[in-house]
Amino acid sequence: MDYSWIQIAVAAIFFSVVITLVLSRGYGWLSPTFWRNAAVVSSLIMTFILLWLTLDTADQVRPGSGRIPDWTVINYEIRLVWDGAKRRQVPAVGRETGFFGKKWTRQEAYDLINKGKMTLQSRNCMECHQILGNGAYYATDLTRAWLDPWWEERIMPLTGAKTREEAMMAWLKNPPAMPQGRRKMPNLHFSDEELKALIAFLKWMSAIDTNGFPPRFAVAQ
Amino acid sequence: MAASLAGNKPQELFESQKLALAYFAVAIILFGAQLVFGLIAAYQYINPDFLLDKIPFMTNRTLHVNAMIVWLLVGLMGGVYWFLPLETGREVVGIRLAKFIWWVIVAGVSVVILVYLFVQVGPGNAFTLWFINEGREYIEAPRWADIAIVAWVAVFLYNVIATALAARRITGLLGVLIFDLVALGALYTAGMHYTVNVTMDQYLWWWVVHLWVEATWEVLVGVLMGWSLMYLLGTPRKLIETWLFLEVALVFGTGILGLGHHYFWIGTPEYWIGLGGFFSALEPLPLVAMVVHALYDAGAHRLNTVNRPAVFWAIAQAFGNFIGAGVWGFMQTLPQINMYSHGTQLAAAHGHLAFFGAYLGTVLTLIYIAVQNARRPMQIPLDSKYWSWAFALMILGIIGIAGSFTISGFAQTMIERAELGSTWSAFIRSYTHPWYANTLGWRFLFAWVFVAGYLVLVYDLLTIGKRKEGYAA
Ligand code: HEM
Ligand code: HEM
Ligand SMILES: [Fe+2]
Repeated sequence: MDYSWIQIAVAAIFFSVVITLVLSRGYGWLSPTFWRNAAVVSSLIMTFILLWLTLDTADQVRPGSGRIPDWTVINYEIRLVWDGAKRRQVPAVGRETGFFGKKWTRQEAYDLINKGKMTLQSRNCMECHQILGNGAYYATDLTRAWLDPWWEERIMPLTGAKTREEAMMAWLKNPPAMPQGRRKMPNLHFSDEELKALIAFLKWMSAIDTNGFPPRFAVAQ
Repeated sequence: MAASLAGNKPQELFESQKLALAYFAVAIILFGAQLVFGLIAAYQYINPDFLLDKIPFMTNRTLHVNAMIVWLLVGLMGGVYWFLPLETGREVVGIRLAKFIWWVIVAGVSVVILVYLFVQVGPGNAFTLWFINEGREYIEAPRWADIAIVAWVAVFLYNVIATALAARRITGLLGVLIFDLVALGALYTAGMHYTVNVTMDQYLWWWVVHLWVEATWEVLVGVLMGWSLMYLLGTPRKLIETWLFLEVALVFGTGILGLGHHYFWIGTPEYWIGLGGFFSALEPLPLVAMVVHALYDAGAHRLNTVNRPAVFWAIAQAFGNFIGAGVWGFMQTLPQINMYSHGTQLAAAHGHLAFFGAYLGTVLTLIYIAVQNARRPMQIPLDSKYWSWAFALMILGIIGIAGSFTISGFAQTMIERAELGSTWSAFIRSYTHPWYANTLGWRFLFAWVFVAGYLVLVYDLLTIGKRKEGYAA
């Protein structure tokens, strides 16, 4: 993007006003014609800018293009590190760890994450949790669920699992059996395949650069 | 011209107006369903074991918000079917097709509700997304239902355009309506796709959610309230249309790029933080204009009207829209605040006040106007002992519900986000904190006040205007 948001905002308003004034020469600012022109001109200009920015955004959010991780990120360790210049946390990819004891090729990782996304939608997760901060407010935000220290601190000892992915798998198999806090997650009867896919999706999502949301994740415990 | 907008004498109902009455009846029934599932969800917050493995929270909440979207949309469309023949002076073109698709939609909505309630979830594959649940808040409707909805809006658009053409009459109001409905229908299709890229998924999801409620619905309401004020207060058309154009300029001028307030944290580029914050901070401007307009019109007539409940709901609509959408929205729209409040109960406080003020207020205004004309002899002015009770109880109820959400929202923002670092344990510590936990009971209590208001409303709608004295038809 070659323009700052201020330039875009000023240009949008400037052109809306000037074009409206030019089209409405000879009409007072209290006349319906003036405001009809203002309505049409501002709607068209704003729509045009939205479409243009959508093209730019779509390009910047392609997986692997920087802000959104590549599918193979599930093979690596993911951390949040403080970026002093940006004054916020950014995801960082560390050493290779594998996922469920194996290294996934790009195609395999894509298929797995895709299945995970479908599983997330099919079980209506978003009507209790938030995904990237959007959804319902009954349960936790899942944006950084993969990175939550709770898995190591509480769930691994509880389930006896050796790795984080196995702990998530064991807990999600039957959440009401191991309630955390007052609220309970229902048993959504995931198959093993679905769970593996779902956890891959969550791991991939935890490496998205969200401009620092949720704030100060796991900094103050 | 036989028909006229001013509501001072009884007229024969057009077929399109009879269809509008069917729309309103279904809207009120779905409103009741919305409240039932809202109550269950609110109770599950208090007692998490309640119906945990029969109707879990996500199912109740899906039904609560989906019933709301559908009944409000049905109510707004009913308002168009009501006023269109009066505006064009003729029967709506394609009315048989309109009736046919309406009953298809009623059947379709029933099937979707039953599937939500009894099937609830499915395996993680495309079949589930097509036939059970799409799993995306507000637009869960399975894909087949999406297609039915698009067909429905297409017929509706055809009715409006063909009627305007047949009457050879394009007023400012009709022009805005057509322009807006095209956008409204087109935007819905932005939500009808699957992508694994969750950022792109949410990017387009907001085109439906935000660009509906903060742009196209807001303008649709501008048109319907314009007609309502002409009916209720006899406001001159030129005044109504000038204000409407001004509102459209401001709503679309700020709301389209205001969309950026949902693109701060979903993985989209940083320029959205500035753009979204700037334009969405201006979004309350048109809402202020609407309050000024409504108060000016009502004041100019010293509340002298043909229909008292409708005028009260119209004024409540203007204020509710401004407070719920404008003030509660502005409260959390600057990125510096939204970083901490995003995805907390504060959003739900705003959602309740805004939908109530902007859309419920409009639909009830429309329904009271229709009820007045559906009864013979027609009562002028329309009045009863009960409507003011429904009005007061519902407003008190929603203030209590949204107030509780606001307090739990602040507590959650401070404790979970600002203080404890947004993790699972931080979340548990925020919702078990008394400042949050205590609001749940208050919310439930006020919910019953709201439900009492709903019951009085239903009774009133069934009986108002049935007294003997009235305008001799
Ligand atoms: C009638 C108009 C409006 C309605 C019905 C409405 C409704 C809603 C709803 C239901 C949500 C929650 C979305 C979710 O579930 O994730 C929401 C979010 C939001 N709204 Fe509105 N809104 C309206 C107008 C406005 C206006 C005018 C503003 C700004 C001045 C605004 C600012 C926001 C913000 C910032 C959020 C995001 C909250 C978060 O980050 O979690 N809204 N709105
Ligand atoms: C009996 C009255 C009501 C009760 C008990 C109730 C309760 C609830 C509950 C518990 C939620 C879920 C919050 C969460 O995700 O944690 C919710 C969401 C919602 N309700 Fe209600 N509600 C009621 C009436 C209404 C009314 C009258 C409206 C609008 C006209 C409404 C609009 C909404 C919206 C838009 C959401 C989604 C909010 C968001 O995602 O930000 N509700 N309601
Ligand atoms: Fe918005």
